[in-house]
Amino acid sequence: MAKSAAPKKNKKKESSFDKPIKKTLSKQKDPLKGVDLSEEKLIQMYKDMLLIRRFEEKAAQMYGLEKIMGFCHLYNGQEAVAVGGNAATREKDYFLTAYRDHGHALVRGISANEVMAELFGKVTGCSRGKGGSMHLFDAEKRMMGGHAIVGGHIPLAAGFAFASKYRAEQDVTVCYFGDAAANQGVFHETLNMAALWKLPVVYVCENNRYGMGTAFERAFAVWDIYERASAYDMPRDVVDGMDIIDVYKKTKEAVDRARNEHTPTFLEARTYRFRGHSMSDPIHGHYRTKEEVEEMKAKDPIVNFGELLKKEDILSDEDLKSMDEEIKKTVNEAIEYAEESEEPPLDDLYTDVYVD
Amino acid sequence: MPIQTYIEAISSALWEEMERDKEVFLLGEDIADYGGAFKVTKGFVDKFGEDRVIDTVLAESAIIGAATGAALVGMRPVAEMQFADFVTCGFNQLVNNTATTHYRWGLPVPMVVRLPAGGNIHGGPFHSRNPEAWFFHQPGLKLVAPSTPYDAKGLMKAAIRDPDPVLYFEYKYLYRRIKGDVPSDDYEVPIGKADLKREGEDATIVTYGPTVHIALDAAKEIANNDGYTIEVLDLRSLMPFDKETILESVKKTNKVFILHEDTVTGGIGGEISAFITEHAFEYLDAPIKRMGSLDTPVPYAPTLEEEFLPNKKKVVQVVKELLEF
Repeated sequence: MAKSAAPKKNKKKESSFDKPIKKTLSKQKDPLKGVDLSEEKLIQMYKDMLLIRRFEEKAAQMYGLEKIMGFCHLYNGQEAVAVGGNAATREKDYFLTAYRDHGHALVRGISANEVMAELFGKVTGCSRGKGGSMHLFDAEKRMMGGHAIVGGHIPLAAGFAFASKYRAEQDVTVCYFGDAAANQGVFHETLNMAALWKLPVVYVCENNRYGMGTAFERAFAVWDIYERASAYDMPRDVVDGMDIIDVYKKTKEAVDRARNEHTPTFLEARTYRFRGHSMSDPIHGHYRTKEEVEEMKAKDPIVNFGELLKKEDILSDEDLKSMDEEIKKTVNEAIEYAEESEEPPLDDLYTDVYVD
Repeated sequence: MPIQTYIEAISSALWEEMERDKEVFLLGEDIADYGGAFKVTKGFVDKFGEDRVIDTVLAESAIIGAATGAALVGMRPVAEMQFADFVTCGFNQLVNNTATTHYRWGLPVPMVVRLPAGGNIHGGPFHSRNPEAWFFHQPGLKLVAPSTPYDAKGLMKAAIRDPDPVLYFEYKYLYRRIKGDVPSDDYEVPIGKADLKREGEDATIVTYGPTVHIALDAAKEIANNDGYTIEVLDLRSLMPFDKETILESVKKTNKVFILHEDTVTGGIGGEISAFITEHAFEYLDAPIKRMGSLDTPVPYAPTLEEEFLPNKKKVVQVVKELLEF
């Protein structure tokens, strides 16, 4: 008898998602061995992650109070990716990301005040209230957005990198996007072009396992997203996105390769968001289990990095506590600043549609 | 003054701008070794090298996106769409990234996208479109559409030097059919200024691109046969369009006919018509007439395409109706 053409119900393959997510930092043997990070820098990285976490917690509260309107996507859980990546770059390197951009903006040095004011839609926001949560930027700090069309910014990064190479400048572009973006056509168009043109660019896919509510296992025919770069003969790697040292090391290697050899790299950082896709969905929803969320929370990149710094005698419990207090103060001040700032004047509606 | 074809004038402008400013570079499909599908950039790679005349892969979204990125950091890219129709594949980049970033960031986006547009070359549905109306509706983009070699060169220079993104519509039908005086000196045709191609008293034809030539032929025929004088206004820039000059002409002739090669419904003519009605209704002695191509996809068969496009006969007929109103 002929086999039925109807598709069989697939047996569920076991997900390979957390395979590259290794033992938590605090349990690894000597994770800082051979890593070129000073104590000062390690402390800064911890602070950067904590600022993002505390900022996002407050942003969630402010959303609940309707101080922040529209759409708001929080970065809780993924902090190690932006912070570890930033630590691997220079000030003049270009940084850009998608719509989950608060963390990237903060780590690039846009002040909590300016970011919060932008979320509040105030004229003191980094985009004068014209962009909101998904469009944070500061070209002087080389934070080139905040982009809210999934995958739409991937070719812009190629443009920045092209300009650097054309002008014989040493700057590297690091471009972040989520797992779902890797299914956009422009991802393939641009990675191919970046490889052909030998651009100084690093593409980092932050695979947080879900494109909104669709598990990446249901969206990718091949689960190792980083292997897509093999089609473009591009160096590629998978990164433990919950481990800031792993993120740092692999991003640094890629950034150095971009700077010194004009070779682009594609990294896939396996990470996890602790909150919903946006403020409109609950922490776990129907698409993932509470157990899964709890399991990943045990790999919290900040807690584990803090434990490591204690184990290495770089920071004490008291240090961590006082840092936390200081950061909470910064975030509270940002809320006051945003509250007290003016609304954008209505004349701003027509400014900057065109240059003149 | 040297005589050049329309296509030579475009090439001259690009060549001179590349000589003038090293931040100007060209990118597009087959523009280097092949010289471009229409040979606009023939010989460029030999002069300027492959770093500045870049053969891209066939990927319009990546081309326009990369050009936008380079423009945001101060370069002046000129991206070629092989045919204007293919800009559809880069639509997201243009309307979301290219057009709106300045509004949020305050940074200029000085780039040009060249769009070989229009029919009458028997290119069929996907090689003949006039897609300007899609972009006319997008704040943040400027649109120019030269009809003569002089304007082709002057507008290209203005577009490259402009701090905003400019879509440059160039007409395949005009490339080698239209010749004219083109100064070898440096000059710009300012963006936003229309050109009064022919003065008249009895009616105004507002038009742009290839239909400028149809309008001029029609005006001549009407003058010869019927003695009416028809004003022909070539917009040259579609966004911004020259409101002042349009109103001046309407106030003088009191009858308006808007003509373009793009299909009529939802075309730019509708907006021009609304503008005139809002600002000069009391000067109108007749309802505004509009003509574009028929509201269908562009047909291939020459007999069908001929009927699809505006032509002198159709234009003369409608202008006469307007005159007799």
